[in-house]
Amino acid sequence: MLNTAVPDSMGHFGRYGGSYVPETLMYPLEQLVSAYEATKSDPVFQEEFQQLLKNYVGRPTPLFFARRLTDYLGGARIYLKREDLSHTGAHKINNALGQILLASRMGKQRIIAETGAGQHGVATATVSALLNKQCCIYMGTEDMRRQALNVFRMKLLGAEVVGVDQGSCTLKDAINEALRDWVTNVDTTYYLLGSALGPHPYPQMVRDFQSVIGREARNQILELEGRLPDFLVACVGGGSNAIGLFFDFINDKSVRMVGVEAGGKGKSLGEHAARFMSEGGGRPGVLQGTHSYILQSSEGQVAATHSISAGLDYPAIGPEHAYLHDIGRVEYTSVSDDEALEAFQLLAKIEGILPALESSHAVAYTLKLAAKMDKDSVIVVNLSGRGDKDVHTVAQALGVEL
Amino acid sequence: MSRIRATFEQAANEGRKLLIPYITAGDPNLKLTQEILIEIACSGADIIELGVPFSDPMADGPVIQRAAERALKEGVNLAQILDMVAQVRKSTSVPIILFSYYNPLLQYGLDRLCQKAAELEIDGLLVTDLSPEESGELLGYTDKFDIDLIFLLAPTSSDARIKRITEVASGFIYALSRTGVTGMKQSISETAPRLIKRIRDFSTLPVAVGFGISTVEQVKEVWQYAEAAVVGSRIVSEIEVLQKEVDAKELVKRVGNLVREFCYK
Repeated sequence: MLNTAVPDSMGHFGRYGGSYVPETLMYPLEQLVSAYEATKSDPVFQEEFQQLLKNYVGRPTPLFFARRLTDYLGGARIYLKREDLSHTGAHKINNALGQILLASRMGKQRIIAETGAGQHGVATATVSALLNKQCCIYMGTEDMRRQALNVFRMKLLGAEVVGVDQGSCTLKDAINEALRDWVTNVDTTYYLLGSALGPHPYPQMVRDFQSVIGREARNQILELEGRLPDFLVACVGGGSNAIGLFFDFINDKSVRMVGVEAGGKGKSLGEHAARFMSEGGGRPGVLQGTHSYILQSSEGQVAATHSISAGLDYPAIGPEHAYLHDIGRVEYTSVSDDEALEAFQLLAKIEGILPALESSHAVAYTLKLAAKMDKDSVIVVNLSGRGDKDVHTVAQALGVEL
Repeated sequence: MSRIRATFEQAANEGRKLLIPYITAGDPNLKLTQEILIEIACSGADIIELGVPFSDPMADGPVIQRAAERALKEGVNLAQILDMVAQVRKSTSVPIILFSYYNPLLQYGLDRLCQKAAELEIDGLLVTDLSPEESGELLGYTDKFDIDLIFLLAPTSSDARIKRITEVASGFIYALSRTGVTGMKQSISETAPRLIKRIRDFSTLPVAVGFGISTVEQVKEVWQYAEAAVVGSRIVSEIEVLQKEVDAKELVKRVGNLVREFCYK
């Protein structure tokens, strides 16, 4: 079956994925692969993980029927998978929790992570506090400016936040710096990567830890509607919330899946973060340990990106998405900053939910999609995070002074 | 035998060790890189590592990161670097190794690159983020065009990895003196001699030690247990300082002097 076919033992999703890192990291990655594989058949690990997902994260998260939004659009029935209701306010905690339990198994006391919007940083700082680990978060200075609230949250949780003032000063640069830390302190340090990116086994491991989203959603929609949905919609930065929702539906051929990238403010290189957008500058290449679609110059220099949402502002996409794109199993599209902003405001007014600006991209595409579909059809949207952290950005975009 | 191997062999016959300087191509511009290359070849560099600038140099410390940034700001790309090497080849036959991240090579085209490299008598390629596990395609082309593909070994490399990698490596083995990124350090860690000893158990290839070697004393220390020492950030740092302080001619001369200080005497 498709969902067990990839990746292969070297982390390849078709021609994508793999391990492109300096030799210093290769043996540590081999050890990580073995440790991770061992957890799969370890009932103690699984029990601890499930207990914490339930009692600490608050899973299962609800699948909420958005009645007013459905009525307003007059088309498909829209369900929201409420990852925003999980502890710390985004899906990132699922993966952070799984990986920190693994780090404990491996005897690592020091945790490092990168963060873009700050949600993964907050999740990592949170589970580090829970398991009494030393925690260091790398964050681009541009993102620190955009997400000042999350920076303070991480500090309250006991983490050290290191500003990265290189390149575009965003997520990509934070990952470079986290990799440099890891390659230097590899004996003592566990790198808790936050998206379905990077060298093997991260894309697979992050997917597996996030697949709880789709597993729950599948059961919930079968219970609520008595059938599978017609569409799944999720935003895609690195792609962890999307692959988490999609994974358990991959073999359900009737279910169409859409990944929504950040269309930013234009089609030129540097104005968006849509790796699959035609003529947007995205092509296969190697960045930060993996082979996937990358926004880059014709000479292979990685391009600057733009999105109103820090969490989608990244030039590469997870390798499994590259694979699913090429085989045509998942469709990818993009929405602009403005469309995401409108969706943010609409969902707030009509359902009383402030979605993260990342998730607002998924909502924005759903607005277009649902209206065209008939009333019997069903869409499940991954509301990957809550939007409180974005209020400042939204106010600024709307010209409101706080 | 490749020119790199011949260089090592000749040095061994003469009872001396090798110095391998590293510079970033295009810092501060390609014209100066061309002159620096020729100057350091004349100043006693046995082999030269020529860095291809990349936007995301995750294995490099701040000194080489800044050099890459300056080069990219100049608009330097791989095609221009190869043209520059063609000019250099009119003046020197010193072995040259292109030191790069994988993506710029991949986008240029691996087949095209190796063919061009062979034409220009570029002797070797070292790709920082290309693990041996992923190097099959490139190895096909380096074999076809008789270019050495140099692999890194690290203190963290297991014996199984050392065995596997020395079996496919050619030219020489590049041993990392320590974990971490490129950059100058006060002292060479004792992990380096231990790693070299483990490498010798599996391979007769010559070994060069790099990362963190910035003084004449450190180079001499490395020569006690390895065939060659790589000096990178120290030289790049000198170029960084000099480009703000002196004119081009003086810069080239002083970089040559610096290399001369490091050479085997």
